[in-house]
Parts: sequence; C-alpha cells; structure tokens
Amino acid sequence: MSTTVSEAAAPPMRGPNDYKSDVKPVWCPGCGDFGVVNALAKAMAKLALEPKDVAVVSGIGCSSRIPAYMASYGFHGIHGRALAAGTGLKVARPDLTVVVTGGDGDGYSIGGNHFLHACRRNVDMTYIVMDNRVYGMTKGQPSPTTEPDWDSKLSPDGTGLREFQPLVIALTSGANFIARGFTGDPNGLADLIEQAVRHPGFSFIEVLSPCVTFRPEQKEWKKLVKPDAFKATAEMPRAVRRLLRDTGFDLGVLYCGNRAPYAPRGPRASLAPSDLEARFAL
Amino acid sequence: MQQPDSNTAPAPAGSVSVVLAGSGGAGVMTAGNMLLEAAAFAGYYALMTRSSGPQIRGGEAAAMLRIACQPVECMEDQFHVLAAVDWENVQRFNAEIPLGTASLVIGDPDQGEPPDVFLRSGATRASLPLKKLAKSVPEGRANMVLLGALAALLGLPDESVARAVEKTLGKRPAALAPSLAAVAAGRAAAAGIPARFPLAPPPPASSQRWLLTGNEAAGYGAIKGGVRFVAAYPITPATELLEWMSPALAQVGGTLLQAEDELASINMAIGGSYGGVPALTATSGPGLALMIEALGLAVAAEIPVVVVDVMRVGPSTGIPTKSEQGDLNIAVHGLHGDAPHLVLAPNSVPDCLATTQWAVQLAESLQAPAIVLSDQFLGQARGVVDRPADIANGAARAVAEAGTPGFRRYAVTANGVSPMAIPGTAGLAYTADGLEHAERGTPSSQAADHFAQLDKRRRKLTAWHYGERWADVEGDRDADRAIVTFGSCTGPVREGLARAAADGVKARLVSLRLLAPLPANQLVAALDGVRRVLVIEQNHSAQLFRYLRGECDLPGRVTSLHRAGALQYSPGEIHRHLIDWSRT
Repeated sequence: MSTTVSEAAAPPMRGPNDYKSDVKPVWCPGCGDFGVVNALAKAMAKLALEPKDVAVVSGIGCSSRIPAYMASYGFHGIHGRALAAGTGLKVARPDLTVVVTGGDGDGYSIGGNHFLHACRRNVDMTYIVMDNRVYGMTKGQPSPTTEPDWDSKLSPDGTGLREFQPLVIALTSGANFIARGFTGDPNGLADLIEQAVRHPGFSFIEVLSPCVTFRPEQKEWKKLVKPDAFKATAEMPRAVRRLLRDTGFDLGVLYCGNRAPYAPRGPRASLAPSDLEARFAL
Repeated sequence: MQQPDSNTAPAPAGSVSVVLAGSGGAGVMTAGNMLLEAAAFAGYYALMTRSSGPQIRGGEAAAMLRIACQPVECMEDQFHVLAAVDWENVQRFNAEIPLGTASLVIGDPDQGEPPDVFLRSGATRASLPLKKLAKSVPEGRANMVLLGALAALLGLPDESVARAVEKTLGKRPAALAPSLAAVAAGRAAAAGIPARFPLAPPPPASSQRWLLTGNEAAGYGAIKGGVRFVAAYPITPATELLEWMSPALAQVGGTLLQAEDELASINMAIGGSYGGVPALTATSGPGLALMIEALGLAVAAEIPVVVVDVMRVGPSTGIPTKSEQGDLNIAVHGLHGDAPHLVLAPNSVPDCLATTQWAVQLAESLQAPAIVLSDQFLGQARGVVDRPADIANGAARAVAEAGTPGFRRYAVTANGVSPMAIPGTAGLAYTADGLEHAERGTPSSQAADHFAQLDKRRRKLTAWHYGERWADVEGDRDADRAIVTFGSCTGPVREGLARAAADGVKARLVSLRLLAPLPANQLVAALDGVRRVLVIEQNHSAQLFRYLRGECDLPGRVTSLHRAGALQYSPGEIHRHLIDWSRT
C-alpha cells in the first residue's frame, strides 16, 4: 500500500502502544491473537501511519474482535463479509490504509467466495487471517483448515474432509503478496505485516495463531514452525513448486507479485450531475 | 375505440395503443422504440413495455406502446392494433395483448395466418405484405415498413418519424436512406388498410419532455441524491439500472464495482458508506433476500445505504421478467431483531427519480438503510414524460468534526441522530459494530445499553418530519370512500378511479410513497371521515392490506383488492371493481 504510507511528512513519533485502544480483549489467556494485535501495532508504528488514516475491518469470530482493540478506525461487520466491507471501503476511500482481519472460519468457510474474488480483484489492502483450525467463539467446532480426524462434539471422529489450502488458493486466485507468519514471533509477524501493507495490491498473510483452549496441542506449534523457510519470489511457477513441499509450518514471504492493483477502468470525467439530464431530454 | 371498418373518418382519440411483434431478429424492438420516439417528437406522451420469450437471444418479442395526449402511467385495457412481422411464437404473448372487436390485427399474408387466440377476440384482420414491400426497397427491412404503416394509421407526421429514424441510424448513413424509403413504402401501403386510429392533436408542451425508463430515472435520482459508490451483482430486472449508472457514475467522479454476489454487494456498499461516501446497490427479490443480514448491520452500526429492489415475480426465481409487488413483506419485516429502517416506493416512471433521490437523503440524514421498492413494470417501462420537478437536497449526513471532545459515536441524542465520524478525521476513531454497543461504540451486553440504543434507532425514524412526500393524496377529498395503494398499481388505479368518478363513484386516493416507518398519523388523517377503505396491491397475499391493518386503525369497513403479478392491473379491471365496491 505504498500510496498511503507517509514518507515525506514527519508525523509525531508513535510507539506500538499508540496504535492500541483501551478496550480489554475478550480472548482467553495465552490466545495467539494477542500476538497479532502486538505485531499489527508494531507494523503500524514502523510504517508511521496516522491512526486516523487506518481502518481495520473484520467479520465475526474471536480474531474478528481486533478492530476494537486498535486505536485506528474499525469496522466489525457480519460473519464472512469482512473482505467485502474492506473492498468497498478501500475503493470508495483509496486514501485510507485498509487492513482486514479475521479467522479461518470467517475467511475460508462462510467468506470463502469473497476470499477468491478479493485475490482476483487485487484491491490494495492487507488481509490477515488468524488460523487456529477451529471455531473458538462457538466453543470448538472444526473449521475448513481442521485436520480430518479431529474429534469434536459436532463432528465425532472428525469431518473426514481434507483441509482447505489457503496459500494455494491465494496464489492461484491472484493475490499479489502471500506470506505465512506465526503469532509466537511478533517481531517476524510485524515485519511481514509491514511488507504486506507496503506492497501494492491484495496482500494476504496466513497467521498460525494457536487456540490454547480448544486446541491445546497447538502449543507445540512453536516447535514446528520454520522461520524464513520461504524465499520471496515474483515468479508464479517457482511459488507453485515451493508450495508442493510446504509443511504447513513454513514461514516467510512465499510470493511477491507485480500485478497492478485494482483501479476503476473506463473514461472518467468531472461532470455535474445535472449534465446527465441531456441523456433524457428530447 | 372507433370502429376500424367505419366508412367515415373516425374521431381522433386521446390515447392509442399498439403492439409490434415478431420473431427474434425481426427488429420489432427497434421499430417500437422509433415509434415511441416519433410520438415524442410529435408532442405526445407515451409508454412502452416489452415482452420477450425465454430465449437469451433471438427469441420472439413484442413492443407494447400506448401513445396519448396526457401523461400515461399504465397500459390501456385493450390494444387498438396488433401488428406482426411474423407470427412465430407470438401467441405466447396472448395474455399480455388483450384485443377487442374494435381492434385490428395486421399480418403479412406470406407469413401465415394470425394465431386463433388473437382472432377469437373478434378483431378485424388486415394484410400488409411487409417482406415484399421491404424487398421493393434496396436494403429495406420489414420492421421499417411496419413502422411507416403504423405511423400512418396513427396520423403521426412524417417529419417526426424521420427524426426518430435518424436519431437511431444517424451514425450509420448506409442504413438511413433504405430505412426511410422502407418507412415511406409502409406509409403508402397503409392506404390499403380500411381503418384508422388517429390521435387527437397533442397539447402544447408546457415543459421539457424526457424519454427514460424507471431504472434510468432511479439511477439518476441516486446520483442527484449524492450516491458516488455502487457495488452490485447483475439481476433481472435491475441490471439496466446498474448499466446506466456505471458510466454515469464515473462521469460524476464516482465508482461502480461489480461484486461477486449480493452478499458482497451490500457489504461493499456499507463499507463505502462507512467511509463517508453515499452508497447504493440495486437488486431484485432473490438478491434482497441475500442482503437482509447486512441490512441489519447497517441498522445496528447506523450506516446509511440504499437498496433499490426492482421487484419481480417470486418466490425463488419466480418469473424474472414480470412484475409483482410481493417483496413488501420482506422489505418491511425481513430483518431479524428490532431493526427500524426505511422502505419507500416510487409510483410512476418519473417518480423513480424523486423517490430514489429522497431515499438517499433519508438514509443519509437518518443513518439507516433505505429500501426502494420499484418493480419490473416501472423499472423497464420506457416513458415520454414531463421533466420531473427538482426536489431540494435539503438534508445530509450529520458528520462529527475533528477533535470533538469526548466524542461518542452512538451518543443518545434527543432526535436519535448521532454525528458520524468519517475515517480520516483526527481524534474520532471508533469501531462501527453490529454488536450491541455503548454510546462510545464499544461492545456491550448490558440491557440498559440495548434499550437506549434500540430507542434512539427507532426515535430517529419516528421523530423525523417527512413532509408531504409520504404519499400522493388525491381524488375527491370529501368522499366517504378511500383507496390506498402503492407503487406501479397507482397508474391503473388513478385511471380506473377517473373512469369510476365519471360514473358517479366518489373516492379519495392515497398512493403511499413512504411505507416504513408507516406514517400512520398522516394516513389516518387522510382517511378521516371515511366509511369504506379499499387497499389495492399486486401480490397474492394482500401484504399491504395486512401491514396497514397491523400498523393503524383504518376507519370503516376495510377490504382488499389483491392479485398476483405477471400481468399488471388494467384501468378497466380497477374500474369494474370500483363500481362493485361502490355498491357495498
């Protein structure tokens, strides 16, 4: 989002805490999502964004509570439609920095269609998905990224369904920047968010964000993640090949494309509305 | 209607109705549009509707026109002339083309017999060898021959027809001369038809005339109201509204985005409006159903947005190309929870402009979603109308100023409206939320916050002064009977009531433009002293009738005239019902 990053002006120096609100999160102690708030605040500070020029947009779910925890403008909409709301906001207000946040259920299940089309449309905004492979807010149901044999009340003995592959979908659908981060490494995540916001077009970060309440085994993720495993490339075939040997815990920037971001097409003018009457007058 | 076989010249009529029909590619729509424009250039008012077969392209089609000396808002009971280039599948339009003994059916003898369904009406037949006549002119086409013949039967002046043909073909000079020659051939051949349907001389034009559809009018009204962002998904019969707006919006500095579905459309529009840009989407019933959850968000988060629902026959896919007023229930009652919002209905083609503009103003002023219930008839009918009067753009969104101390986005105010912070404004950052919230906007599950916010959201709608636009109140104000209707029923009801009035039936007419919040006090006042109320609407379950009776005490004996859609009411149908009603 190079257009909205202040480079020339000298705004007041802000630290990460200046980007957080005084609203107390509803999350469980140890929730991975705290790390995303910290990383997002750090990234905003490094980008020297004015909080008033940033909008954090979300849908529904534990992680979708983030907008209220930031000091910027926030939009906490309905389940699955965060990308649509963020798209409308950014297209109507290109001067704003728009960051869309949410979880794996919000983004990959109920909002799956919007994810595909946000990637294709390539509007200049950043989408951060906190993936904990479970519906936490409704207390422990399988999500699209849940392992097929994960036992739950709603799906005893597991769903038997293969996991949704967010990076594969993002890459094949046209996202212009694709990365994976881990909430256990807020500095590394902040760095990814900073790059994502700077990169023109639709930037997608899949964040491994453990749910310590319903998926306590995810506490082991810190041992599984592989920092800097991806080497950023602008070459689609290279990124595709790299995904073939993705462990699911490989971190870093997978793809950094150079597709032009969405812009309105066709002739534009600055007519007064009343000039349009000529089309009707006999 | 005058007798077509009359030997003496028939008396000129104030209104003449004709149908041009034929198979795909015959060009009847082109000829119909030219006839409409020729009538407009000659100084007449007119209305054209169209019907086509289910084929995506190339199917049979019918252009139905009514040309008149006075503004027209509906079709007549019967058509004077049905003229077909050929008869392939034209019988499928039978129900839409009522004919009578005074009607004339014109066909090309080389294209076979007119279908029996048309002749059973007792209509007179006439032959016109359209294709042969077309061949007599190099590059001539049968539809242009038909245009010339019809213009002659109606007494439209040559120069008006020529102007209409030039308007369409002006950019294709190679087609212009053959078309004008074919028109002349048709005009000459009409001399052999033993019938005439001359129009009375048009009244002097008192204002500029416009030619437009209801969908175009709604699009322009939206722009006049300030809409600069539209997100939408194509759907019949709303698509033309979006196709008109797409380039128009770009020319006034706005943007239209084609969304992946209606869920995205409405959420994009709400997102854009949250950003401070007045926003709209347009759809039809199936799309409105998908948008309902998001409209609840717009209520709770107090974000203005306008949805134009160009209603079609439902439920489900229904009949996408036909009109019905069946979405009133979902528009008024569809949202979950207690969710006050606005529902408005234009009642004529030109009123689509003012009512959509008003809807934008109200949505913006009241920070609430507004649903505009247009319908397929109003949306797709093309009319020659007086230039609609401008309405003042008085009200606007209350916006909070930078640095407002102690800013509370959802402050509980006397009139319920709380100034809105627009992203980019320093010191006012808040989170717009569908979660119930305290005045600051922070989520709250406290009953007291819920009560306070519910009250303010209702209060802002009920305390607003909507002015005189809430309804068109007309007819005999002293009558002890009243008709209440809305939307596209208004045209045939006005005309049916005028005829009934000539028979001595006295009644007031209230055409509701503001359906929610229902201005119950104004409605009851308009019906003061009435002993009989008749509610007229076009749906199968009397949705307006039930809604009105639930919202206010209508005086006297209240009855309903309701019929499902696909076919519009005719003025005659209303007239007959009013005569029966007047005896109750």
